[in-house]
Amino acid sequence: MKNKSLISINDYSKEDIIKTLDLAEGFEKNPDQKLLEGKVIASLFFEPSTRTRLSFESAISRLGGKVIGFASKDSSSVQKGESLKDTIKTVNNYCDLIIMRHPLEGSARYASEVATVPVINAGDGANQHPTQTLLDLYSIRKTQNTLENLNLSMVGDLKYGRTVHSLLMAMSNFNTTYHFISPPELRMPEEYKLFLQEKGLDYEEHTDFTDIISDADIIYMTRIQRERFSDPMEYEKTKNSYVLRNNMLESTKSNLRILHPLPRVNEIHEDVDDSIKAYYFPQALNGVYTRMAIMASILGLQ
Amino acid sequence: MADSNKPKLQVSAIKNGTVIDHIPAKHLFKVISMLGLEKITTQITFGTNLESKKLGYKAIIKLSEVFFQDKDINKIALIAPHAKLNIIKDFKVTEKREVQVPEQIKGIAKCGNPNCITNNDNVNTVFFVQPKDNEKVALKCHYCEKITDTEDMEVF
Repeated sequence: MKNKSLISINDYSKEDIIKTLDLAEGFEKNPDQKLLEGKVIASLFFEPSTRTRLSFESAISRLGGKVIGFASKDSSSVQKGESLKDTIKTVNNYCDLIIMRHPLEGSARYASEVATVPVINAGDGANQHPTQTLLDLYSIRKTQNTLENLNLSMVGDLKYGRTVHSLLMAMSNFNTTYHFISPPELRMPEEYKLFLQEKGLDYEEHTDFTDIISDADIIYMTRIQRERFSDPMEYEKTKNSYVLRNNMLESTKSNLRILHPLPRVNEIHEDVDDSIKAYYFPQALNGVYTRMAIMASILGLQ
Repeated sequence: MADSNKPKLQVSAIKNGTVIDHIPAKHLFKVISMLGLEKITTQITFGTNLESKKLGYKAIIKLSEVFFQDKDINKIALIAPHAKLNIIKDFKVTEKREVQVPEQIKGIAKCGNPNCITNNDNVNTVFFVQPKDNEKVALKCHYCEKITDTEDMEVF
């Protein structure tokens, strides 16, 4: 993986995924390794983000590296009309690695083609967010002690959520059984269901969020966004019918853990937060170790 | 194939060049634009909405003094997978060729996703050709990874 950009989760084989997770485990045990000393990392966020940007910057700081960059396009030369190509061609002179979030789909792949240093995609529009997927996989493996043969329930916006699409594809390497729980208008797109059929994996679709979660090992919750609905009343009705509450967890398996890429709005009731099954905040911490592992392996330091 | 009692198509024969037959009639103008035929200065004749057992209605293009390389002609396989080429030398068919769907196409079609980088910055499109049902193909954008259907594909 040395010098190879990470643009899409599909760029990583099953072996690459497992190698990265093993490396992340090492960083969790010993996070204070000054591997990035003397390295400069550009963090280019053309679109605002809290978790992804801060966890990358935290990972870089803990590893002794320096961060340069910007947190929104307003503070970059894009404001003056500079093209993405020119920004990347300029910035790659100043750094050893570029981390980029951009609102246009495919921007990260393009950046990796014009850059002379590796690029890590921190989200390109609705397309890919591979470091999120790797931290989701890390969280699943850590809580279940395996990635194989798990029952994964995905809940909420399955149509537009890039995190669910990437996770679905990555988990298809591990004989997963899927349950898709969503309003009819936000169903899992056909292309992903076809992908699972071709791989011979089982999935079920549900519109009711009820006791079907009793077999789940992992529930992956997502936010239903207002802008996906043309009718605001429909949105109000829908968002309240896909809410996870503590009393729904009574008959669930003891190893069940609840994940969420965050930010949440109301889809996980706060009464779930104290449950041992709630894992979304530790999941965010795992993002730091996973990103340490990704950067170290791309820079050939591990 | 043609019944000898039926009147034949009156398109003059060419001395040297290429005849492209079995183009689906509805895609004739897309084929013309994909091959850049509007820029050619030699004689071109075409017929369209001709009855065809296989295609329903087909189109045919006769190009005088024009010969194609495989990589140039194969891109029309996306919309005319049954197209056949007759290479004419001195009024005789010297070679027959079929088109083959390429694995990758560059800079011909527009990505159907308005939020794709190729529709917003000066980036050439690249697609991977993927099989779909009924011998059809779909295009997966190398950049945004979204699928563009060849039926609604826009050609530059």
